[in-house]
Amino acid sequence: MNKSAILVGVGGQGAILTAKVLVNGLMKAGYDVKMSEVHGMSQRGGSVSTQVHWGEKVYAPVIGEGAADILVAFEKMEAVRYASFLKPDGVAVINDYEMASSSTAAGLCEYPAGCLAAMQENFSCYTLDAAKIALGLGSPKCMNIVIFGAMTHALSMDEIDWETVICETVPPKFLDLNLRAFHAGHEAVRA
Amino acid sequence: MERHLLSGNEAIARGVFEAGVKVCSAYPGTPSTEIFEQLPQYRESLYCEWAPNEKVAAEVAYGAAIAGVRSLCAMKHVGLNVAADPVFTAAYGGVTKGFVIVSADDPSMHSSQNEQDNRYYAKSVHMALIEPSDSQECIDFLKEAYRISERFDMPVLFRTTTRVSHSKSLVTFSEREEQEVPEYKRNTKKYISTPANAYANHPKVEKNMAALEEYGNACPLNRWEKNGSRLGVISASIAYQYAKDTFPDDTSFLKLGLTYPLPMKLIREFAASVDKLYVIEELEGFMEEQIRAAGVECVGKELIGNMYELNPQILKERIFDQKPETKELNVKAVSRAPALCPGCPHRGFFYTMSKGKNFVISGDIGCYTLGGSAPLNALDTTVCMGGGFSVGMGLAKAFEITGQTDKKVFGVLGDSTFFHSGMTGAVEILYNKGNMIPVVLDNSITGMTGHQDNPGSGFNLQGEIATRIRIEDVLRSCGYENIIIVDPQDLTAMQKAVDDALASSVPAAIITRRPCILIKRIKQDFGKCAVDQKTCVGCKSCLKVGCPAVMIREKKAFIDSTQCTGCTVCAQVCPVHAIQREGEQHE
Repeated sequence: MNKSAILVGVGGQGAILTAKVLVNGLMKAGYDVKMSEVHGMSQRGGSVSTQVHWGEKVYAPVIGEGAADILVAFEKMEAVRYASFLKPDGVAVINDYEMASSSTAAGLCEYPAGCLAAMQENFSCYTLDAAKIALGLGSPKCMNIVIFGAMTHALSMDEIDWETVICETVPPKFLDLNLRAFHAGHEAVRA
Repeated sequence: MERHLLSGNEAIARGVFEAGVKVCSAYPGTPSTEIFEQLPQYRESLYCEWAPNEKVAAEVAYGAAIAGVRSLCAMKHVGLNVAADPVFTAAYGGVTKGFVIVSADDPSMHSSQNEQDNRYYAKSVHMALIEPSDSQECIDFLKEAYRISERFDMPVLFRTTTRVSHSKSLVTFSEREEQEVPEYKRNTKKYISTPANAYANHPKVEKNMAALEEYGNACPLNRWEKNGSRLGVISASIAYQYAKDTFPDDTSFLKLGLTYPLPMKLIREFAASVDKLYVIEELEGFMEEQIRAAGVECVGKELIGNMYELNPQILKERIFDQKPETKELNVKAVSRAPALCPGCPHRGFFYTMSKGKNFVISGDIGCYTLGGSAPLNALDTTVCMGGGFSVGMGLAKAFEITGQTDKKVFGVLGDSTFFHSGMTGAVEILYNKGNMIPVVLDNSITGMTGHQDNPGSGFNLQGEIATRIRIEDVLRSCGYENIIIVDPQDLTAMQKAVDDALASSVPAAIITRRPCILIKRIKQDFGKCAVDQKTCVGCKSCLKVGCPAVMIREKKAFIDSTQCTGCTVCAQVCPVHAIQREGEQHE
């Protein structure tokens, strides 16, 4: 049975790198993999999504509504925006982190209240404050790997050695930080 | 065999290398850009360049194919409109060595101004159309495209879509196949397109197309997957992948890679072998129309529609009436529209224009299209590359001859767009006495597509230092006598530039000059701005510059220091001087 993940956030949050670590692990485990991203205009502070699909043989590189097994949201309003892509019995990993949009920043509309609660009411959710965890580890830049740690727990694919995959994917200079970020993210949702 | 995860665009670049291609020219455009960003890694085996526009790229590549080397040009779908002129005639001349034109279409318009279906170009031009459906096919089909171009003496249109170009899938590599370069011989009947030669060449084109159609009935690009006789699907490109996920396992497929000319004999045979035939394609019914016209009954567009991207869930719903199961949330996300980046040099210009009474602003394609979004709202039109100047000219003439003299028309485009097709508009304005001000927003790079060099940036695709063509020199040589060069981030100077241009008694043009804040090779560290909460009166003037880093928190302005670049545009509009760059004091 093929599986689908959709990683969503705001341009510049590092969702694409996270998807790459995931894909490298899936490739090592021998899966057929397809990944889809969108470039160009939407990257300028807009809402972005990256999809990863794996299984014995994968055809479509993108899915539509009600077809994702796991939704990973780097920002909580983006979780709500893409919630319709999740299967009713799908799992969500949500970063409890708020980023203003140009319209909310300008006071044209309100950032919606209750994003996390709405997701928790409808789906099986893992939530974490990855920004705070990353800051605690000394660098806000490792937030995406913190989220990745939480995602691997939600995926429960024990046959993949994610630590080795991270070692092979991230630059050696940041390896120690990223490994700590990975563990911290994993621990944050294990409880 | 080692497997690599490559996007379709990365795979096309690999295919270019493996096919022994020697000359490559392109103009950047989403979703095609990454093909050429990948090519410099093969620079020891091939020549690659950014051309000023797609027409130039197609001509350079065609010239190389005439000379006797395999060549490639690449562009986004609308780029082929620009390149169409040489491509139509190249079909009559044919090639000495393979000539492939990559067109990356953008269904759903992720980053485009329309969603035209470029497959119709193949039919109209009379050239082969090849459509890969994943990254491995991008490599394998490209090599076959060169064989077809040479065997059938024609250009080949290699068409992807956003999801083929930007999806990654697994591929294996092969060695480069070096191609023999024949001795160059002048061939005037083939390559000089006089009416007489073109008249004589047209029947050859028809003959070659007929031979190609015959070849398509048994070629490696077209594959019959025999599964059952109940349902049959004819599909190509990314739609094939969606159809495979949609139809039951006992469905037979005719998966086409050569989609023009269609292999009608094979299609008839396939149609006769199944009870019900579906044609599954994204956008227009390009294959379906031809299949129906050949008298073969099929189902397709009446269920699928001809707009926007497809996916497996859309197909399941439209074909089998299976609605996806989703959960309805009681919270709704608000829009997160793209905006000019914090520190974007265009902000100061558009803020200044937003203050202008009776300004009519003709815009263009690039980051600066975002100057039309709230709260700046400083654009009237955006049509196409180069249209900033010439559409503006039409507006200005219409106002002039209908006595609407209060309107002040500005034509706005970027540096890369100026070299692409803005120069001709600049000439038009002078030559035909346009009552308007051309403005070049020079940020020293091709921004929206992700920072490609251009004739004004001083570097070429290979990373070498190149002759820098100065926009002011071009404008001056045309006859603009008053060229005002201004830093758009200095709002006082920007306002003065606009006022001076409008008051000028000789032809005037404005160049706003400041590099894009994101150019990596230029260090731009201006610090951060911050709001003095005691001074701020909460008037929201700073929100009018439309910066993502500036927001209102508890009724006072707040600047997100993680986003701020210290450009001070917000500080310059604050009426009570509550915003300061850290470490600086106002007088």
